[in-house]
Amino acid sequence: MKNVSKIIPCYAADTSGVCSALYEFGGMTVVHDASGCNSTYSTHDEPRWYDRRSMIYISAVTELDLVMGNDEKLIADIVSAAKDGQPEFIALCGSPMPMMTGFDYRAVAEDIQHRTGIPTFGIKTNGTRSYVDGASKALLALVKEFVHDMPKEDFDGIAINIIGATPLDFGLTGAVESMKKLYSRPKMKVISSIGMGGTLDEIRKAASANVNLVVSYCGLPAARYMEKEFGIPYICGVPLGDTIQAGALGSFMYETAHDGISRMMAAMCRGRSTDERAERLVIGEAVLAGSIAFEWSIMTRHAVDVICPPDIDAELSPDKKDMPLYAEEDIKAYIKDRGIKEVVADPLYKYIIPEGCRLIELPHFAFSGRCFAKDMKDPTCNDFLDDLVLAINKVK
Amino acid sequence: MLKPVSFDRPPAVRLGDAARGDFFAGGLEYNPPARGVWNIVHTGMLIPETHEIFACAQGCLRGVILTAAEMKALDRMSWISVSEQDMFDGTLESDVVDGVSEIIEKLSYRPKQILLYLSCIHLFAGCDFDVIIDELSEKFPDIHFTDCYMTPTMRKTVSPDAKMRAQLYDALTPVGLDPKSVSILGNDRATDENSELVRVIRKNGFTLRDITLCRTYQDYLDMAKSSINIAYLPTAAMGCEELSERLGAQSVYLPNSFDAAEIRANMAKLCDKLGVVCPDLNDEEQAAVSALEKAKTVLEDTPIAIDFTAVTQPFGLAKLLCGHGFNVRYIINDTLGEDGAAFDALKELAPDITILSAVNVNMLHFPEEEHERVVAIGQKAAHYFSTDYFVNIVQNGGYYGFTGIAAIAALLEEAALVPKDRRRLISHKGIGCESCL
Repeated sequence: MKNVSKIIPCYAADTSGVCSALYEFGGMTVVHDASGCNSTYSTHDEPRWYDRRSMIYISAVTELDLVMGNDEKLIADIVSAAKDGQPEFIALCGSPMPMMTGFDYRAVAEDIQHRTGIPTFGIKTNGTRSYVDGASKALLALVKEFVHDMPKEDFDGIAINIIGATPLDFGLTGAVESMKKLYSRPKMKVISSIGMGGTLDEIRKAASANVNLVVSYCGLPAARYMEKEFGIPYICGVPLGDTIQAGALGSFMYETAHDGISRMMAAMCRGRSTDERAERLVIGEAVLAGSIAFEWSIMTRHAVDVICPPDIDAELSPDKKDMPLYAEEDIKAYIKDRGIKEVVADPLYKYIIPEGCRLIELPHFAFSGRCFAKDMKDPTCNDFLDDLVLAINKVK
Repeated sequence: MLKPVSFDRPPAVRLGDAARGDFFAGGLEYNPPARGVWNIVHTGMLIPETHEIFACAQGCLRGVILTAAEMKALDRMSWISVSEQDMFDGTLESDVVDGVSEIIEKLSYRPKQILLYLSCIHLFAGCDFDVIIDELSEKFPDIHFTDCYMTPTMRKTVSPDAKMRAQLYDALTPVGLDPKSVSILGNDRATDENSELVRVIRKNGFTLRDITLCRTYQDYLDMAKSSINIAYLPTAAMGCEELSERLGAQSVYLPNSFDAAEIRANMAKLCDKLGVVCPDLNDEEQAAVSALEKAKTVLEDTPIAIDFTAVTQPFGLAKLLCGHGFNVRYIINDTLGEDGAAFDALKELAPDITILSAVNVNMLHFPEEEHERVVAIGQKAAHYFSTDYFVNIVQNGGYYGFTGIAAIAALLEEAALVPKDRRRLISHKGIGCESCL
């Protein structure tokens, strides 16, 4: 069965994606849920919880409130908390139970905004989808609310928004700071990070950029919206240190900014032209996994496959072959049937890697949570790739 | 101290002004990062040779699976995710049966028992749990299937924790009662062997059975032999009564009190059930008093904050400490529990104690506020008062009675003198469980 797992975990859910994406912007995010969502999110999906406060709350809904359709209690509770907390915005998302009762997020959000005067948006989640879905929707809602058209930067170079970084994919490794540093040089500047490492004031200026760098699938819907509304093209990829891939990404970014044509796959090719079947595989979030696969493919001159259990967008897959496989059995069968010899994936995939296949461990917070958080490395730094190469070459 | 800010829903109330029941208006809730309390995953894992299977939405699964991952027990848990489609296409029951069957066939071992957890959405959709259990029992007659519940929406009726502690003994069936066998039910950790409770049982030749002491599944099944079942945690009382009724055993609830008269009454009740002479307990009581006096010389007037996760009767502990001259300044607790009498007494004895909410949203920034040096009893209190000087226990830490008071007094003394690695300790999920962190 597709929805059964004997042993490996599931990825963080959509509600966690919403909370994670909006964490740093001074808003108040409310998950309409009884209890578990907040505990799960703050324990396993949010490494900032201990050190940095954010107004992320649950509604503490009861079965009686749900059965009786007592939305007024939720609205009054949010209005009260907003009065005390004075958030920049209010985001409301939910778990499976509100979905069962047909809770109307848009209408309730409008009501709250009317009563508080604070920008409020409902994000329709239901706890059954992956964090990518929730974070995508949250960042899109944020951009729709706070990014408005404005003149482009008066700057002889490219002005960049980094979109889609959350600790769920990057941990607390300093990746955004590294990317900001990388792109703060002559003829390059970063306008905002729409995700972690950014502020709402910076995001308000995001329309002045002339290219968007999408560093995870979570940022793609917002990038598409900004392309449509403000004519800002985007490119997907994560710059992996001093690598050919990072160089290519930089070049494509210039090209994208100047010709205005978005590039989904420029920095995520997999060398399929050289091999029909790959013996190497990366499992993870689409953009980061694709970026790693690209560099691995260059290093080995062989094709590298990508499996994206959290989700995949057809456009992100250069040859439309990246797999949105989710089920434990499907992933296991893919590795076995295709004779995959090496897999880069989270350490908890060890349970389903068949004999004869080697696991090169790459902790993914959205999968194993705190278990290997201390081992996560900034993927944009040379150390990351050096370690990966070392691991890849270890037994050879 | 809380800044003198006027909140729409204040997170603090003076004890003297607080009414019984819920101390604060309900509303949105914040979740402080103190993880020591056990959850239903930890509790279920106490049964040896069992496997847990959770059927619920991805958001709910995530927390339970990573609980197992952190306690290095992923090999004892599997899951079935429920999609939107599953909830509306009439396959709720068959999906669970098929999923569980598939998992069992693929397991590398044959569990003796499977704890099958359904969630809020199953109950809300009217899922027929009996049919699921019956079908699975017919298909796998060598495995005992237990219906378990992860239903936080129902927490106001029966808490998932209390329900779990009842279902924990579901597989026990009548095997004939042994008059010299006694069980302690529903606790997460073994009761202190030095406690008067355990000593009375053991010294009088009774076999003490406790799920925390079970090493094999047979040990667990043998708990059905006990002719007297004891519970001392509020969340264990319901399960204790249910099991005792089913097995024809005697049930006795002996709340983990800090009141000398109640401790003596509890012990008298137990000895009456056991048919043994009740010890006078004078030495134990004196030792408790001495330990408190010793701790007081160390703490002097240092303010103390107690939270409800540390002890089941925070007002009871506060009353005891106040009675011995300690400066109990704060109690973190949202709802009055079984220590109502102590609460009432404190209204006279120490009405200026501040009761703080553990979940009120206006507690979010409380840890960053300026606090006097506080010694905390419990992880939530340690977090909110940003103190490394704290007693790191949940649910009384296995301590009971006068010996329990002496032990907690010693821990309090130690806490006042030796700082702890707060962040590491309160991050650890399920105190006492193995952790990969």
